[in-house]
Amino acid sequence: MVEQLLYAIEVSLNGLMTGILYSLVALGFVLIFKASGVFNYAQGIMVLFAALTLVGLQAGQVPFAHLINAVFGTRIYSFGWNLPAIAAIALSAMVMVVLAMAVEKFILKFLVHQEPVILFMATIGLAYFLEGFGELMWGGEIKPLDLPLPVGISDTIESATFERFGYGFFIDKLDIAAACVAAVLVLSLVLFFQYSKIGRALRAVADDHQAALSVGISLRYIWVVIWSIAGIVGLAAGIMWGAKSGVQFSLSLIALKALPVLMLGGFTSIPGAILGGIIIGVGEKLFDFFMNPIIGGATENWFAYMLALIFLVFRPQGLFGERIIERV
Amino acid sequence: MLYREAGEFRTSYPDDSQTFPIAFDKFRYYAILAVLFVGVPFIVNDYWANAVLVPVLVWSIAALGLNILTGYCGQISLGTGGFMAVGAYSCYKLMTAFPDLNVVFCIFLSGFVTALVGIVFGVPSLRIKGFYLAVATLAAQFFLVWLFNGVPWFYNYSASGQITVPERTVFGIAVTGPYTEPWAKYLICMFFVFVLAWLARNLTRSSVGRSWMAIRDMDIAAEIIGVNPLKAKLQAFAVSSFFVGISGALFFSVYLGAVEASEAFGINQSFLVLFMVIIGGLGSIFGSFAGAAFIVLLPVLLKNLLVGRLSWPTDIATNSEFIIVGALIIFFLIVEPHGLAHLARLFKEKLRLWPFPH
Repeated sequence: MVEQLLYAIEVSLNGLMTGILYSLVALGFVLIFKASGVFNYAQGIMVLFAALTLVGLQAGQVPFAHLINAVFGTRIYSFGWNLPAIAAIALSAMVMVVLAMAVEKFILKFLVHQEPVILFMATIGLAYFLEGFGELMWGGEIKPLDLPLPVGISDTIESATFERFGYGFFIDKLDIAAACVAAVLVLSLVLFFQYSKIGRALRAVADDHQAALSVGISLRYIWVVIWSIAGIVGLAAGIMWGAKSGVQFSLSLIALKALPVLMLGGFTSIPGAILGGIIIGVGEKLFDFFMNPIIGGATENWFAYMLALIFLVFRPQGLFGERIIERV
Repeated sequence: MLYREAGEFRTSYPDDSQTFPIAFDKFRYYAILAVLFVGVPFIVNDYWANAVLVPVLVWSIAALGLNILTGYCGQISLGTGGFMAVGAYSCYKLMTAFPDLNVVFCIFLSGFVTALVGIVFGVPSLRIKGFYLAVATLAAQFFLVWLFNGVPWFYNYSASGQITVPERTVFGIAVTGPYTEPWAKYLICMFFVFVLAWLARNLTRSSVGRSWMAIRDMDIAAEIIGVNPLKAKLQAFAVSSFFVGISGALFFSVYLGAVEASEAFGINQSFLVLFMVIIGGLGSIFGSFAGAAFIVLLPVLLKNLLVGRLSWPTDIATNSEFIIVGALIIFFLIVEPHGLAHLARLFKEKLRLWPFPH
């Protein structure tokens, strides 16, 4: 019995770590939704695109190699260099900033006064575009992400818990690193929002677009900034997921899991995204653990959505969302 | 010159409230119907039926269904793929459990089964609104697909986990199974499209449809003027799921013949139908057809152009397809957020004045 309890605790700890990764993806959604009211479906693809770019840059892949070879009959694949990790990360972050500028210039600028559902559809279009573009640029095969991140089972935790409880906990070092990265990101985002000038402008825009415009805040500049930040947060999420399971196109499906996380936490709340991620991560692992013998496996596919659905029936705005006030 | 309403006098309310009040429209409608029902079956070949006509018809039914829910009642749903799976699997179970039952009834019955499931998943819409509802319907999508993959009873314990359609006939002509003639496939789909489009058109201009539109425009205000939101929303979910279920049943039994839930009815299909509705035009019957045709035919066209004409490698062509479809969607939303149906309306306005616009 004790054995099983300890096992359940281990499962939920692992779920906790997965949940933090979910919240990293959800964070990008929240940032964009807060500042521009756009429900950015493409965030998942942005995570993937960032990770693909990172791997490609690091390995010195030639972008569009396949297309160039097909059109000109050449056989080029690689520049033949390997960038150091830091340089590759910095370059990918710059690519995400360029992407943010392009999104603002070619999409958002034209859709300013449209209904939210139209903007939502536009981001789905963007997701399609980026999916094709990313694959065309870097190729579709699964790529390992080679960064100096700690991986493997943490021996210290295992031996410490074994001495204490007579049962060693298996916890991946990478998960702990991911938790640390998430903590640092959230902390710096909160500080940035609270104390920097741009952060204040961002909060003003989130409160009221027109009032923000009237005190001289440039909406378009703010949008570029927020999409860039979301892109960089996506890059961090992409690094963590990529290190865990390789950079591949199923990453964008994992990113869909960020949606119930958002709903649980509320679309507009950063702490909500983190807490929602943890609840979903732990919940789905535990549910699978207890229900697997009864109703079969792979419940992780839908558990998060069902949980969010049931939760929302009782609290429609999520845990920390702004109260929905309706006027006729 | 061709298209005008001058000289047409309507003297009674039924005259005035008919679907096609202008004689030219009515004439055109019957002409198109005649061509579709009598002309096309004689000239259709295997490629045109399987790659173009049947998928367009099947997807139009799904788009009609989602348009009722999203365009007329204002509830965004991302669960269309899941509901199509319900239609397909209930059609399969009905066909195998009652081999003597006519396949047309099986398909209609699977529509009713899907309607029931739709009502169950529509209940939360009373509390959850907007994007929250859209994500909540994802629960239906993932749960239903998981259910059909995970419970062997649904696929009759077949080893592959696939469902394969048994051969069935209507008036002695095979309409499902491997030996179906292309024209028979086409005609059975056309029959369902005709019946359902007629139903959709008349539902949406009845009091039921008006209560949906009231809910869409503002649900609290609608409640105040006496529309029962519970009834209206659940009606919309039921009718929409009925359509989507029939489309799923046809998709499985007539179009593909054998499906596997997670492949054929994944989340991508839900988005595809949503695209059709938005590109075609929210709240428009014609828009559902236009959107379905656009989204189904665009990849076919691109594939013919890129692989057939320019002989690019298929993987590059697939990726370019994604890029072009994505870019076109954004382009359309920017240029014409009200969809193809609005373009058609503008064209009609132009045509009324042609050739003397001043």
